[in-house]
Amino acid sequence: MLALKLAIRNLLGAGLRTWLTAGVLSIAFVVMVFYQGLLDGWNLHARSTTREWEIGGGQYWHPAYDRFDPFSLQEAHAPLSPQALELAAAGRIVPELITQATAYPDGRMVNLLIRGIPPGQQLLSLPTAALAADSVGIPALIGRRMAASLRLQPGDALLLRWRDRSGVFDAREVTIVGIFRADVPSIDQGQIWLPLATVQEMTGMAGEATLLVSAPDQPPLPLAGWVFKDTDFLLKEFTEVIHSKKAGSSIIYGTMLAIALLAIFDTQVLSIFRRRREIGTYMALGMTRGQVIGLFTVEGAAHSLFALLLASIYGLPLLHWLGTHGISMPEVADATGMTIGVKMLPVYSAGMVLFSVAVVILSTAIVSYLPARRIARLKPTEALRGRSQ
Amino acid sequence: MKRTMENQKLIDIRNLVKRFPIGDGSFTALRGITLAFAEGEFAGLVGPSGSGKTTLLNIIGSLDTPSEGSVTVLGREVTHLSHREAAALRNHHIGFIFQTYNLLPVFTVYDNVEFPLLLQKGGAAGRKKAVLEALEWVGLADKAQSRPAQLSGGECQRVSIARAMVKRPQLVLADEPSANLDADNSHHILRTMKRLNRELGTTFIFATHDEKVMHYLDRIIGLEDGRVARDERIENTTEDDHPPASGEIGGSELPGEEDFARP
Repeated sequence: MLALKLAIRNLLGAGLRTWLTAGVLSIAFVVMVFYQGLLDGWNLHARSTTREWEIGGGQYWHPAYDRFDPFSLQEAHAPLSPQALELAAAGRIVPELITQATAYPDGRMVNLLIRGIPPGQQLLSLPTAALAADSVGIPALIGRRMAASLRLQPGDALLLRWRDRSGVFDAREVTIVGIFRADVPSIDQGQIWLPLATVQEMTGMAGEATLLVSAPDQPPLPLAGWVFKDTDFLLKEFTEVIHSKKAGSSIIYGTMLAIALLAIFDTQVLSIFRRRREIGTYMALGMTRGQVIGLFTVEGAAHSLFALLLASIYGLPLLHWLGTHGISMPEVADATGMTIGVKMLPVYSAGMVLFSVAVVILSTAIVSYLPARRIARLKPTEALRGRSQ
Repeated sequence: MKRTMENQKLIDIRNLVKRFPIGDGSFTALRGITLAFAEGEFAGLVGPSGSGKTTLLNIIGSLDTPSEGSVTVLGREVTHLSHREAAALRNHHIGFIFQTYNLLPVFTVYDNVEFPLLLQKGGAAGRKKAVLEALEWVGLADKAQSRPAQLSGGECQRVSIARAMVKRPQLVLADEPSANLDADNSHHILRTMKRLNRELGTTFIFATHDEKVMHYLDRIIGLEDGRVARDERIENTTEDDHPPASGEIGGSELPGEEDFARP
């Protein structure tokens, strides 16, 4: 308590120098919280959105299915077992049949994937009810990105060509009955959704599916002939991207933190040099060297308290505003295939904020302690004379 | 009734030698000093610059260690004290008064005086009483909330005296306490210290070459080239024998002996 009281008095006595150092440190702290909050918010949004729109509580894959290899689709299909059919009827799983196809919008040629899905499913947020329309030949559903790139509107016809299970080409015209808006590019770009029964009939794969989407609250079941992939596996690439983004952003706030820490280090070195007589006085009054080192370490680390104070003055309103208004993302932001919202809303968890506070306090304590160690080599008599050794 | 000064050895110095390394060789600051100080003495180490006064004072105060010989302070051989033990000895039993006051500029007068007691981790109520008492002794009770920068040199040195005395040490070491003060302030602080010596029985040892200080001393130890050149006891020295200060400097009358009783 004595050390803290003395430290705060000394820092306040240093005036502008203290506030400049604390200011830079507070900016580093606010940027650290903001960046982490932004990435956490993105992560949270992307995971929940992907679960809602595409992967549910996990997927059962045909053993031959590889989501990064369209050629695997030729083999990756199998009939649903009675158990799977029962689960599908109960709405606990949603079967999807996927096949390669070519579309010809305005005479152009575009490769895409036809995804067959039961129109009555309610497990995913996809507006598949539109696929139940019987007023058109083959109803089709596409995402806004697909609609934009193919210049399609609801009611437009689109010619599709595909190969059935025997490798025979066939072609039909489908009608766009709906365009959905989702933040998950992997269900939008290069995808066209048709009724499952229609796709099964088109491909000659009656009663078959490529994968089964599980309900979020459905525990994994041992379905014969299917391999369960949990959400961690299905979101693995996204998780890696987030980790890499976090590493990248840590360079930014790490640099800012390093600048602030360097200022504190310099302040400490200067302070110990200029205050040798004071150090000698402390020793003469009965402080041990360890206590004096502790006192200077606390003084340096107290910069972080000032920084937190400053950060709470301007940072809290700023972070709160950003957390409620978010940051608008450009339309092309999801062209990379990453799940990303129209707005990115930072999410500040207590754990993350406490971790950032701990990083700032701990790092300032370390850089304060390093120069303070030289006090241990200072003889009280030399210090009292204002000399260094 | 005034406290009886026991004629016990408070400090015992035998064949003390202190060398300082300089380049490849060394400089001998003290050469075979043998001295003893009794409890309640008001003694001074006098001599020109470089005679070894401050070095001897530092060793007595356990701020430095002898190269040879033995120095026993309050029954403890300082040569064998660890840093922690030496710090504890200084904190509990030795007060220091410096030429440059060495007050903590960011603290108030009260905080400065309280500082040594905070290191002892005593109760807050006892601490407050002791601080206010010490400030009364030096006549600065009304300046308790002032900062050192708001005080005159004489007042700063009186704060320094209060800080040294607040823990009721058995020994106070004063290194050139009047060197930065004018005559009036010098006499004032010396009278204060003399009274504290008489009333509390605290032993004072000065390092000085100030003639004004010598008038107050009961014992003068002359040092020359690191050796004791003379060791004189001066009889019948009281504060009343010394020239009064020209004009009052804000010092209050010191309280009676009952107020000075050791706890």
